[in-house]
Amino acid sequence: MTEKKGLGALIRQNSVSLMFVVICIICIPISGLSPSYLINEIVTRMGRNAFLILSLLIPIMAGMGLNFGMTLGAMAGEIGLILVSDWQIVGIPGMVLAMIISVPISVLFGLFCGKILNMAKGREMITSYIISYFMNGAYQLVVLYLMGSIIPIKHSSIKLPRGYGVRNTVSLLSMRQKLDNLVAIRFWGIKIPVVTFIIIFLMCLVIVWFRKTKLGQDMRAVGQDMAVARDSGINVERTRIISIVISTVLAGIGMIIYLQNMGNIATYSSHSQIGMFCIAALLVGGASVEKASIGNVFLGIALFHTMFIVAPKAGAVITGDSMIGEYFRVFVSYAVITIALIMYETNKRRAKSAVGAELEKAQLEEESR
Amino acid sequence: MNNPGTPLLEMRNIKKNFFGNQVLTDINLTLREGEVIGLVGENGAGKSTLMRILFGADMIRETGGYGGDILINGQKVQFNSPFEAIEAGIGMVHQEFSLIPGFAAKENILLNREPKKPNLASRIFSDRLDTLNQNEIDEGAETAIEKMGVHIDKNMVISDMPVGHKQFTEIARELSKDQLKILILDEPTAVLTEKEAEALLESIRGMAERGIAVIFITHRLQEILAVCDRVVVMRDGYIVNESAAKDTNVKEITRWMVGREIRSETESSKTEDNHADAKTILEIRRLWVDMPGEIVRNVNLDVREGEILGIGGLAGQGKLGIPNGIMGLYEAGGQVRFDGQDIPLNNPRKCLDSSFAFVSEDRRGVGLLLDESLEWNIAFPAMQIQNKFLKEYFGGLIKWRDEKAIEEITKQYIDELAIKCTSSKQKAKELSGGNQQKVCLAKAFALHPKLLFVSEPTRGIDVGAKALVLDALKRFNRENGVTVVMVSSELEELRQTCDRIAIVSGGKIAGILPASESLENFGALMLSQVK
Repeated sequence: MTEKKGLGALIRQNSVSLMFVVICIICIPISGLSPSYLINEIVTRMGRNAFLILSLLIPIMAGMGLNFGMTLGAMAGEIGLILVSDWQIVGIPGMVLAMIISVPISVLFGLFCGKILNMAKGREMITSYIISYFMNGAYQLVVLYLMGSIIPIKHSSIKLPRGYGVRNTVSLLSMRQKLDNLVAIRFWGIKIPVVTFIIIFLMCLVIVWFRKTKLGQDMRAVGQDMAVARDSGINVERTRIISIVISTVLAGIGMIIYLQNMGNIATYSSHSQIGMFCIAALLVGGASVEKASIGNVFLGIALFHTMFIVAPKAGAVITGDSMIGEYFRVFVSYAVITIALIMYETNKRRAKSAVGAELEKAQLEEESR
Repeated sequence: MNNPGTPLLEMRNIKKNFFGNQVLTDINLTLREGEVIGLVGENGAGKSTLMRILFGADMIRETGGYGGDILINGQKVQFNSPFEAIEAGIGMVHQEFSLIPGFAAKENILLNREPKKPNLASRIFSDRLDTLNQNEIDEGAETAIEKMGVHIDKNMVISDMPVGHKQFTEIARELSKDQLKILILDEPTAVLTEKEAEALLESIRGMAERGIAVIFITHRLQEILAVCDRVVVMRDGYIVNESAAKDTNVKEITRWMVGREIRSETESSKTEDNHADAKTILEIRRLWVDMPGEIVRNVNLDVREGEILGIGGLAGQGKLGIPNGIMGLYEAGGQVRFDGQDIPLNNPRKCLDSSFAFVSEDRRGVGLLLDESLEWNIAFPAMQIQNKFLKEYFGGLIKWRDEKAIEEITKQYIDELAIKCTSSKQKAKELSGGNQQKVCLAKAFALHPKLLFVSEPTRGIDVGAKALVLDALKRFNRENGVTVVMVSSELEELRQTCDRIAIVSGGKIAGILPASESLENFGALMLSQVK
């Protein structure tokens, strides 16, 4: 009885991941892509996205759900990169400097976001989602009006012709894949960006270590029951703010790693969908609003991006239109997030009605005695 | 262990009032090292408030503090937060569990007091980045569990634990605090099985031997007699009796608790049961209700046509769950038949359609539309459910509110129930508690129900309003022949109003007595199945 129930629950909990496995299995042969091409693409995207997605884990641990506010960190990272490329600092030193610039901006954004989320306990996700829209306006103000007029921007390749504001695209040619290519091993035609992977691996170790620290323990306590944590003397508000600050800072660094791989910044749109795609990937990997592991991150990237790679090809083969891929990408991301949110609520309700069922069972047992 | 000298704890002339409502008067209590005292009393007697004062609860300060002095080892203390009380050696195990569900027992026992090891990162940033020392956590938890003397698995996650083990985890957490001198146990055995309860009593004796003083609050009087040195009985905010446990017995304590024995017992209660041969109108069979804190198990109850049936019992025993479950506000199961018809559960609309009405104990949450006028509040359910106060045009295609009829009926009830208000258009939230309660009643009366559930009709209202509300209920029952089921924590008021009183204990009906029965018998029933 319990085993059967366990299997059913297992399938239900991992329904999103399973759905993606099925989609991938169907689409891979149709797309006609070679295995080495496919693996190469997945490895590249792993290096590109993993750090960003890892930044989501800590707020989930602190019970604040999926941090849509990571977009704020991404903005900080972009600001850092724009400044550094204007200063013509190239390669790895440029990246490091961009990270150094992004950190204080991220910390400020994180403090701001964390304070607001403390006022909206229990509604963190929708609040952080809206904050990211709101801050997008502030970001545009800085990039579109203040850069070039107040914040000095010299180079015309970055500045808009009118004299202030940043162009739609900022080229990062001087930094493009510098980190990935620092030590790159080729393996049956698959390029492995060793240094990027080492950084990601170290980040995973840090997260594992972090869980064992006092702060990590406090975050888990706060995440599960704020009232109990507060009664035991943990400063709940501060702990929650710290978790958002850490997430935002990591998202900023992750964004710089992401953009060095892409090779250019879409100044006004790079950050806008990154939060959604990262969250969707994490959910596809089997994470939920309240629980996520490092394994979920990598499984999620593998499944979600395999679908991205093969779906346009498969779509083109079937319908003759390759645009279907992009359409699919956005559509599926939103669908995945919606499913995850619904499952979160139904699981809560299921847990609640389980109490009633238990009462009924106890009563029947008593009667049969 | 009654060594002379200054007592460990002394409470002198403790007074407390909530907004002019005196809940504690001149409480004097002393406690010596290693002494176990049992604190008993009905709900609302003031036990919890007294313990909150001792524990420095925020809620006491927020409501204007307290009068009198608390002395620990002869030193006057004033706790501004529970943390200061803990620091001074007071530990409290609350009735509601205060545990992190996803943590193992050991993590909960040492929550926020985990042994730590510094590392490089913590030296640079802050000591919150110290790594937890798992070995010492294991040791600390083991020592605490050993001290308690009841074995629980330190690695078991709380959410997988039977409820008794959760209770023991809480106790172990208090014992793991080195400075602990006084332990307050608030109904710790309520959730324990008989065996576990025995183990706990054994553990309390062990604590006392080690010099920890224990204040033990429970409704199970046998346990008090078994483990306590002294029994302190509270009633209506006074300590009415204090006695060595060995000199008293359950019956005597019950009498002290329920009290009022001097007054002639039946003076105000209804004496004859007029409805003994009336037909059964409501049959409840095997009802269970999952109302948090008021769980109902396997209730069978018959209500006779035209009677007022009272449901009494201690708080948390399930009396509130019965009307809330039948009316579909909480998940319920079982059979309910009204006038020969099955009433489906978990469906409030069906209940209302079958001419049930419910006056909820949660006036402000469930009972009233706070921001609307009295007219709206009184007429809304009748309009919504029975299409009353509506004018129909075009053969019912368009329905228009009949403002005039609404105003009339509201004014009628304002007069009848003496609702104090400026006009029938005043907003419900501007009225006092007692008048809000009357509006709730008027709302239910306007539905002209065949069966009326009234839950805690006099909670939080003053004496004058109380009498009016109860009179209105009695009149409504008498004049319209409406069957009334009234749930109340106040036995006295049930005895004044009802024909028969069912006492709920441990989620079940412990017995049904006529209102004229002696208080002692009611008291015995209330405590009979407490768990």
